[in-house]
Amino acid sequence: MASHESTYRPTSAFAKWLDARLPILRMMHAQFVDFPTPRNINYLWTTGGLLTFFLVTQIATGIVLAMHYAPTAADAFNSVEHIRRDVNYGWLLRNMHAVGASMFFLAVYIHIGRGLYYGSYKAPREVLWIIGVVIFLLMMATAFMGYSLPWGQMSFWAVTVITNLFSSLDSIIPGLGTRIVQWLWGGYSVSGTTLTRFFSLHYLLPFVIVGLVGLHIWALHVAGQNNPTGLEIKTASDSVPMSPHAVAKDIFALSVFVLLFAWFVFYLPDYLGHADNYIEANPLSTPPHIVPEWYFLPYYAILRAIPNKLLGVIAMFSSILLLLFIPWLDTSRVRSTKYRPVYKWFFWMFVISVIALGYLGSKPPEGSYVLWARLFTAYYFLHFLVVMPIVGVTENPTPLPRSITESVLGKSGHAVGVGAPAAPERR
Amino acid sequence: MIRNIRARTAAMLLAAALPASAGVAWAASEAVHIDRQKWSFGGLFGKFDDAQLQRGFKVYTEVCARCHGIKRLQFRNLVQPGGPGFPEAAVKSLAANNYQVDDAPDDEGKIKKRPAILADSFPPPYPNEQAARFAQNGALPPDLSLITKARSADTGAPFYRVPDMMLRDILTGYQEGGADYVYAYLRGFADPPADVKLAEFMNYNKVFPGHQTAMANPFLAGDGLVKYDDGTPETVDNYARDVVAFLSWAADPSLEERKRMGLLVLLYIAITAILLGLAKRRIWRTVH
Repeated sequence: MASHESTYRPTSAFAKWLDARLPILRMMHAQFVDFPTPRNINYLWTTGGLLTFFLVTQIATGIVLAMHYAPTAADAFNSVEHIRRDVNYGWLLRNMHAVGASMFFLAVYIHIGRGLYYGSYKAPREVLWIIGVVIFLLMMATAFMGYSLPWGQMSFWAVTVITNLFSSLDSIIPGLGTRIVQWLWGGYSVSGTTLTRFFSLHYLLPFVIVGLVGLHIWALHVAGQNNPTGLEIKTASDSVPMSPHAVAKDIFALSVFVLLFAWFVFYLPDYLGHADNYIEANPLSTPPHIVPEWYFLPYYAILRAIPNKLLGVIAMFSSILLLLFIPWLDTSRVRSTKYRPVYKWFFWMFVISVIALGYLGSKPPEGSYVLWARLFTAYYFLHFLVVMPIVGVTENPTPLPRSITESVLGKSGHAVGVGAPAAPERR
Repeated sequence: MIRNIRARTAAMLLAAALPASAGVAWAASEAVHIDRQKWSFGGLFGKFDDAQLQRGFKVYTEVCARCHGIKRLQFRNLVQPGGPGFPEAAVKSLAANNYQVDDAPDDEGKIKKRPAILADSFPPPYPNEQAARFAQNGALPPDLSLITKARSADTGAPFYRVPDMMLRDILTGYQEGGADYVYAYLRGFADPPADVKLAEFMNYNKVFPGHQTAMANPFLAGDGLVKYDDGTPETVDNYARDVVAFLSWAADPSLEERKRMGLLVLLYIAITAILLGLAKRRIWRTVH
């Protein structure tokens, strides 16, 4: 992990005893107390802490919900209503878990957007970024399977539509797609068997995510945090110790975000969901519109924008897998978009495209919606495959400050900051 | 006889196909505008009006319950806080005198009926789906336990109005789309326009997707159909409003507790956030 001198001084007899045997407190102290954080990081850097909070919240509420939930086709819907009506504070737990999933995605989208804007994926943070993309994929899988569990109409039909996507492989090898879909379903249609296995995986994957988050933080603490300038920490005055500075900022941002979370939990628990999911799953009746949860809408729009089913599926999956390659697709010399006058415009164009795709994903695929979905889908891919490599080479970045300290205090500024108690060594 | 069965089969097929065809009509045409109503349980400080829930329960039992069940509601819910606030003794005698439920099998394995108790759910009007469809010309009257949650009111707003309308709904805590829809549906029965040809056993409704619904106007008899004993005017509009309020409670019996607790939680977090913000400022004072 990041090399800086430890200021950990065990005081109690037990701490000294433990330190000589398993220096875990020393490690925690080094990583989470006097770890040097750039002094100029803004509030977008508090999203990592937020995400950890929501991961823990989802697991904690989920474990209790699982004590009252029955993962069978006959009982799933009834058991969720039992939780809402009969379990003590069951309504609260269920609202927290359902709204928590949305908040988790809101935070992760801000987190990813920050990484894209400030070039946090560029060397030496490629592995850190890739682990992040894998976590994101697992989050999506977990959320998708979690959404099936209430076994409402939207749960059932979303599972039917999405698992059916694999049948498009039939157009490459006849029969392959159908076999895969039947294997996923555990039968010839979505049924209680499918529900039970999704529940099992929905309980498993969050713990896989916990492990990967550990790796993500490890990789982060090796490379050090990026910051709005994209410059590395060079001197002691460029950084502040994580505790209390970054911690105070993180906790403040968390409390504000939790305010938003609570607003939805107590006043708008169903706002982010779909009314059809209060109707018990019925394989014989298809809802008029089948739409996924809001956080999947952009990918759903991409899927439906492509007229060919197999190509649509490929486009949808590659829209996320593409993120794995952007450390090498981005050819720019500077990290932060702040100093990239041309790319800046393209970045916001990309953000607008994703939001527009989200809107279009909620609309029926007809009329002008299809045309717009195609245009924005085209830009989504062009952004990564054409804009990133070309603009990175052709544009002239504006001058960078010489150091993080200079970016905060201006040229005349001299190091008056507190500095990390132990200066990070230059790597 | 045979003719009769054939007609019934045709109607059943039609009913089975209806959700799909109605969906197509909905997707292709503009969504019907649903007016927003003022509900006592809406907004951040919303509370149910006990008298209204009691009237709504009366409308439900006298009008709706003939075809629609409300199986997720138990008699004990009627005496719980945050509900209609009926006296316990009254609900006990209501359950015992007016409702029969299946008893546990006796020594011979036969299932007999017994009077309902507080812990029982409301018994359904039909023993199963087939019986319901047989009695209803092939249509299935949905259970009403969750009906106001299972419906929504599409604003049909153009894309440039979406952000500000979303923001308004989020800030005001608007969750009554389902109630607004069910109210509009109950008030939406009318004679069909000249160019609309209704299918057999179908009724015209202004807000139902596709405008043809198997349900007939429940308040066709007009004002005075249900007697109110608290002096509230016995109008169809009041029947619709009161029963929707009752159904909204049935779908969300913890609403009052939720909103009350929400206020405290938000206040607590807001104060904590301010203190944490001040602490953060103090800690960072030496840095910028």
